[in-house]
Order: sequence, then structure tokens, then C-alpha cells
Amino acid sequence: MDLNQLLLFALAGLATFLIRLSFIALLGRMAVPVWVRRILPYVPTAALTAIIVPELLMRGDVVFLSLSNTRLIAGLLACGVAWRTKNAFLTIGAGMVALWVLTAVVGT
Amino acid sequence: MTTEISTLRRREFLGGVRAVLPILLGVAPFGMIYGALARDAGLGPVEAQAMSSIVFAGSAQFLIAGLIKINAPAFIIVASVVVINLRHALYSASMAPRLSGLRWPVKVLIAYLLTDEAYATVIPRYRERADPVGPDLRHWHFLGVGLSLWLCWQATTALGVFLGAAIPAAWQLDFTLPLTFIAIVVPGIRNRPALAAAVVAGVVSILAFGLEFKLGLIVAAIAGIVAGGLAERVLARE
Repeated sequence: MDLNQLLLFALAGLATFLIRLSFIALLGRMAVPVWVRRILPYVPTAALTAIIVPELLMRGDVVFLSLSNTRLIAGLLACGVAWRTKNAFLTIGAGMVALWVLTAVVGT
Repeated sequence: MTTEISTLRRREFLGGVRAVLPILLGVAPFGMIYGALARDAGLGPVEAQAMSSIVFAGSAQFLIAGLIKINAPAFIIVASVVVINLRHALYSASMAPRLSGLRWPVKVLIAYLLTDEAYATVIPRYRERADPVGPDLRHWHFLGVGLSLWLCWQATTALGVFLGAAIPAAWQLDFTLPLTFIAIVVPGIRNRPALAAAVVAGVVSILAFGLEFKLGLIVAAIAGIVAGGLAERVLARE
């Protein structure tokens, strides 16, 4: 057992937990302003898109905008499937199959 | 009456389990990849598993394993975790009014389980009306979602730790992370403000990609949120 590592995880875990607890704990003592309530529906959309787009577009530190970018093409296809079907199984399945097929065709 | 309530609770809980099942398809390979990657970064099996139980935040765990591998100092690692997980404060703000009537232990448990996947999965249930007759038991829906995700994450971490290098890199299982998020985000883009939020967040995430400590993620998320709010105001005025 690496006690230093476990201490590090405890700190990282506590920080994560306190961030997640923050407003849940504050509410009642502090009203959530109207403008915060207005923008909340856009939070998951914006936060997750900010993770998705670099995963599809960046290769290392550079933008890789090309038909041979297998992750970009497979990701766009998955977006289409998600839009049409609203089905997570199909979206993830279609995206992975597309990535494997494209990788076999194009190479990595 | 008491049996009736426990039936309703069970229905909410199982409804949550059912709602999150498709998402587990994306979370499971991601958990395995984490387990294998943590071993590769030099963490022991116990330590790799402990991180999944203590931190319980997928993308942050990848970051921690990567930083341990390059011997980054502890304060840099914790600061990076804070930055990458700051988006959860926004989920917390969104959940807060919906949980205000609950007891503290339930709030604490929900906060511990409040991941991207859990938040996005429970929101549709909270947009529906609660059962008009009985008490609001939708937090049981959350617990069904959250505990399923937690169990899945622990089990697949263990599998990844056990299989380790036996998982071929050619399978590119790390791609299940963006795919899971696509499955969550895309069906939710139902109006122009949401589209504006996604487009602006996506563009800024590329422009700000080079920022230190993954700060680009937060900058892009805030830009997208502001764009969504502004678009809503502009459209309301028309």
C-alpha cells in the first residue's frame, strides 16, 4: 500500500466531493439567482461538448481536420445516430463499429 | 400506506436503473481502460481500485494516473482535479433546488454520486412532474442511476486492473468516452439556444486547447453556457 498515493486520492476525492456538494449544501442559506437558473439547462450541453470536440478534432496538439481522421468521421456518424434515434446503445455501438471499420480502411 | 410508499420507492429506483443501462455500455469499457491505464502508469492494483472508489470521476482519474506517471507534484495533481471537476459545481447548482427538502445523509450520498453521466441521466426525470398524489420520491430515481454507475465503475475498474495489458490498444476503447457524451448531449439539443451553447463551447474548446492545466475545458464550457443564455434572451425578445 502506497500511503502517499492514498493521501493524494483522499485529497482529490475530497475536492471533487466538495465541488459536487457546493450548491446542494449552500441552498437554503443562499438563493440561486434568476440568471443562474436561466443558464443551467445549457450546463451539461456546453461542458460535455467542450470535452467531445477536442477528442474528435485534436491529434496531439494540432487540429486534424481531414477525411482520414477516423475519430472525427466516426464521431459525426454517432452524432447523426444519436440525433435520429435518441438511443445511447445504438449511438455508442455505431460509433465504435464505424471507428473499427474506418481504422481498417484508412489505417490509424 | 407504508407498503405503498416502499413500492413507489422501488419503482423510482428501478426506473433509474433502467434509464442508465444504455449509458453503462459506454461507461464499462471506459472503466476497463482506466484500470489498465492506471496499472500502466505504475499504480498498484489496490491503489488503482482505491482511486475509483475515493475519487469516482472518470476523466479526472485518467488525468491523475497520467500525472503520477510523469511524477507531477501532489499540489499540481490536486489543482488539476479541481479545475477539471469544476463543471460539477454547475450540476450541483442545478440539483440543489430539487434536493432542498431531503435529509443530509441523502444529500451527501447524491453529491458523492453526482457525475456527468448521473446528472444527464436523471434530468429528464426531474423535468417530468413528480407523482401528483404521493410524496416526491424522485431522489430514489437518482439513487438507482447513481448506484448503478458506481457499481459498474468499480467492477470494470477491477476488470481493467486484472486484464491490464491484455486489452489490445487496437480496440481503441478510450473512444467510448466521447461516444457516451455524444449519446447524452446530442438528443438534448432541441432548440436554438442549446445549439448555440454546443457550437460556441465546441469552437472555444479548440481555440483554448493549448491553455495550461486543461483550463481550456472550463473556458469553453463557460463560453457555451453564456452563449446559450444570451441566445435565449435574444430569441425571447423577437
